[in-house]
Amino acid sequence: MIISKNDVEHVAKLARLEVSEEEKEELTGQLNNILDYVSKMNKIDTNNIKPTSHVLHLKNVFREDVAKENLNREKVFLNAPEHDGEHFIVPQVIES
Amino acid sequence: MKLNELTAHELHEKLVGKEVSATEITKTVYERIDAVEGKVNSYVTLTREQAIAQANEIDHRIKNGETVTPLMGIPIAIKDNMCTDGVKTTCSSKMLADFVSPYNATVMNKLNTAGTVMIGKTNLDEFAMGGSTETSYFGTTHNPWDLERVPGGSSGGSAAAIAADEAIISLGSDTGGSIRQPASFCGIVGLKPTYGRVSRYGLVAFASSLDQIGPITKDVTDAALVMNAISGHDAMDSTSANVDVPDFTKALIPDVKGMKIGVPKEYLGEGVDQEVADNIQQSIKQFEAMGAKCEEISLPNTEYAVSVYYIIAPAEASSNLARFDGVRYTYRAEDANDLMELYCKSRSQGFGPEVKRRIMIGTYALSSGYYDAYYKKAQQVRTLIKQDFEKAFETYDVILSPTSPSAAFKIGEKASDPLSMYLSDICTIPVNLAGIPSISIPGGYNAAGMPIGIQLMGKAFDENTILRAAYAFEQNIKDTLKRAPLKG
Repeated sequence: MIISKNDVEHVAKLARLEVSEEEKEELTGQLNNILDYVSKMNKIDTNNIKPTSHVLHLKNVFREDVAKENLNREKVFLNAPEHDGEHFIVPQVIES
Repeated sequence: MKLNELTAHELHEKLVGKEVSATEITKTVYERIDAVEGKVNSYVTLTREQAIAQANEIDHRIKNGETVTPLMGIPIAIKDNMCTDGVKTTCSSKMLADFVSPYNATVMNKLNTAGTVMIGKTNLDEFAMGGSTETSYFGTTHNPWDLERVPGGSSGGSAAAIAADEAIISLGSDTGGSIRQPASFCGIVGLKPTYGRVSRYGLVAFASSLDQIGPITKDVTDAALVMNAISGHDAMDSTSANVDVPDFTKALIPDVKGMKIGVPKEYLGEGVDQEVADNIQQSIKQFEAMGAKCEEISLPNTEYAVSVYYIIAPAEASSNLARFDGVRYTYRAEDANDLMELYCKSRSQGFGPEVKRRIMIGTYALSSGYYDAYYKKAQQVRTLIKQDFEKAFETYDVILSPTSPSAAFKIGEKASDPLSMYLSDICTIPVNLAGIPSISIPGGYNAAGMPIGIQLMGKAFDENTILRAAYAFEQNIKDTLKRAPLKG
């Protein structure tokens, strides 16, 4: 076993996912299968091999800092679940 | 043949010759949709009124003497993970089921300039994660060749729409094979361009270092025409490449004499259907008869590609999908007491099982203590896979392989076993890891009558060589190609 039910619980918390007991069981099995398969990478010696994060070898891409028109407020809030026209509204963040 | 059964270049000739109007073409496409969409389920959203208005406007412009450009008045289907101003963009997820894009993806602006007519937004695996469209929140798409089979995925809706003649051309996106595999399952053409060739601005990100938009079409000529319309550097996508864009139609020459084609043995090993392997042998003979030289080659790190992909893609996805938080533009859970609960509940209710699974894998691989063992290791092996290709392309112009180890499988066959679904991406994944272009074209049919695709891979930014090989092959076997038998 690479990953335990406790690990699954911890990872779910990190990923901001709520998982039921049933899902935890299922995910533990599936994730172990997948990670077990993936571990075949360890057969290769990758000492001194540079990692590829991106195929184009891009460095920072800069542009002039010019003011441009952005989405107007109406469009920004078009899909908001709850808003007052100026803010997105969420449940209380700081305890009273 | 009915208008909706023709290709873009055939319709273009008719529009130039004033034999038909754009409005007639668009109406014929919707008549077909009305007749078959109930069986196929290619689309999430249809944009009928907007399309008719767009087609009318095109007709008006043609009437006023405007030159008819190649894609003007051509009906197009757009995968529903590309933003379309004022039209829903759902990613086939409950999370975005009501999301209306406030802006256009760059490809949409380019297509509008080219004068295409958008027919609708097509179904996909949720957030493009899958190879069958079975993970869509809006139900699976059915393969027009056999309604009990999957159309492939994740761009299954785009591929099915083309194979069912419910659109003339379409766009898909490809992170690990999501354009090519559905094209092969549906007996049509799908091109994944070089990474950076097409702007990703407005494409809902899945794995940013792998995602690329490309055409799914009825033939190679149409693929080249769509490439001409959508390619090029874009200031809105800092990973789009600032390189010259050739005229892709210049590559459409039916001649491969002297072309050197490598056939990697690793793509024909264990797990590949006998009929698929036989088809590749037949394709090799075909290419040789046309004057190309085919040789067996080795890409030794191929066997690690699926492992590398299923770390890198979920890692990038777990980061990209963090933005779906229930606050700004997504589904929001009703019963949250505080902000943390709002995040957790909205995400748990909004995402389906496959998306959650990948977020979990990615979060695990990036979490403290596992980063080096998984993510960094995968990136290092990615380097080796990329080098395999670079070495091969020192000698060969094109690499030929199956697109998928099998033809389209039955709906439900692999849905309960995620790993077996992942393993069926073996032939397409290495291309995304290396960032090179690749095209899938019809190679033949199996005994059950289902299409088999062949894949032609090329050097970075050399789409033209694979387009040429694909075009030559297509012209050669044209008379044996069939249409999906779907009746209205």
